[in-house]
Amino acid sequence: MARTVSTRHKAIATVAAWFIALLIFFPILYTVVTSFKTEPEAIAGISLIPSGTFENYVEVQAQRDYFKPFMNSVIVSLGSTLIALVIAVPAAWSMAFSPTKRTKDILMWMLSTKMLPAVGVLVPIYLIFRDTGLLDTRLGLTVVLTLVNLPIVVWMLYTYFREIPGEILEAARMDGASLMNEIIHVLTPMALPGIASTMLLNIILAWNESFWTIRLTAAQAAPLTAFIASFSSPQGLFWAKLSAASTLAIAPILIMGWFSQRQLVRGLTFGAVK
Amino acid sequence: MATRQTRTLARLMMAPAVVLLLVWMIVPLSMTLWYSFENYNLLNPANRSFAGLLNYQFFYTDPAFWQSIANTLILVVGVLLITVIGGILLAILLNQPIFGQGIVRILVISPFFVMPPVAALVWKNMIMHPGYGVAADIARFVGVEPVDWFAQYPLLSIVIIVAWQWLPFATLILLTALQSLDSEQEEAAEMDGANVVQRFWHLTLPHLARAITVVILIQTIFLLAVYAEILVTTNGGPGYASTNLAFLIYRTALLSYDVGGASAGGVIAVILANILALFLMRAVGRNLD
Repeated sequence: MARTVSTRHKAIATVAAWFIALLIFFPILYTVVTSFKTEPEAIAGISLIPSGTFENYVEVQAQRDYFKPFMNSVIVSLGSTLIALVIAVPAAWSMAFSPTKRTKDILMWMLSTKMLPAVGVLVPIYLIFRDTGLLDTRLGLTVVLTLVNLPIVVWMLYTYFREIPGEILEAARMDGASLMNEIIHVLTPMALPGIASTMLLNIILAWNESFWTIRLTAAQAAPLTAFIASFSSPQGLFWAKLSAASTLAIAPILIMGWFSQRQLVRGLTFGAVK
Repeated sequence: MATRQTRTLARLMMAPAVVLLLVWMIVPLSMTLWYSFENYNLLNPANRSFAGLLNYQFFYTDPAFWQSIANTLILVVGVLLITVIGGILLAILLNQPIFGQGIVRILVISPFFVMPPVAALVWKNMIMHPGYGVAADIARFVGVEPVDWFAQYPLLSIVIIVAWQWLPFATLILLTALQSLDSEQEEAAEMDGANVVQRFWHLTLPHLARAITVVILIQTIFLLAVYAEILVTTNGGPGYASTNLAFLIYRTALLSYDVGGASAGGVIAVILANILALFLMRAVGRNLD
């Protein structure tokens, strides 16, 4: 009896879950499908079977120079992530292994800077950038995204480092390992998975950041967020092409995201939910 | 045991991160505060003068300000209601034994990775467009008049788009929390004759309490700052119907070039965010120990 109930239970749950999952995923699926349609097909009504043209991808590159914002996104998100890691690894390291009374306060304070609304500092940042020639440069955007995400990077690394047992350090020290050796041979191998997860999540956050990337850039340094946002003007009403540009913009991050679900939970909840 | 040397080293290792964040926080914030007491318009930058509280008074008496505060609240609360309630139900569903669980999870989490401008434009053009959108196609199919979403229900449309982006986040976090629920406890409750509703109310929900708190607080930070979704869909309109506080400040700063006014708005936004942040810090801080 119990078995038959559980089979039926599983069947019902499966149908319901797949139905809702497909409903949630539909806008993404439809975008990908539309990117392979011709423009008349794209507005001809619901159809999940495109004629299979790659024309839109060619056109987006030919008309709007898609490669440029794509590279801007790659450079800015990778660049800001790497710089943030270089700054954050030592900080998180010392907080995890030589904590003081104030470590927790410092962590909390760092988190609080993340809660500073961007619009609260939009005007000064804009004016500073204008006066120093940083507006619409990849350098300027990289600096801002580094600072915006630095608190999350420190936090994530801290929660990972804290799980490395301190006894291992003691043991290495007993064996006469120097600090340098300790870091290279003992801690780095244990810390790498955490660093990799942090890096992945931060690239996703930087890639999708849509306030500073839109406001601080124009033709030169605009990453994909700003590029896609420019399609909102009437001249951009080419849905098949918009879909092609959108598909290219979200595909790499979507795939990275699928691989980082667990780390995402941990990173975005500051270790409160694992 | 920490020696003096290692303590100095620890401080040095922490210094770059702390100093950079300190500068990043203090310099622009004090500039915003300074500007908020000035008459300063970028169209007439030579003519700067002390304004006292005029900018605040101006911002405060502007009907658009109160509307934007109301819109901000509706947006935050609306999206939170949809994502938390929907997320709990969806997490419970996904926690059942189902075929293809891995793929279902991937499909459900996906919208979270879609950059806001793409999400907003896809919904605007392909789903909610009154002429060619999927919603209009369906409406015509069942024989009702298609809805012109962004003209008739601008704020609701944005709530729907943002909820679509954040429902996956809530679901994922709550599902992770659910998976740590002790199944023996659940079975014991079932044995004792507790029905589904009772088990949900007395077992599942208390277990999820911490995760729900975290979801609400983290989403609130991001939902207060919704910007790109408004920019590419309604541009804050019609009138100020879908302008939130963040969008109003942007509009004042970069479309009216009113540095003083926008800065006053910025200070108000910072104060509001800080009040909320206080709650978040408490909740997260408790989970640290």
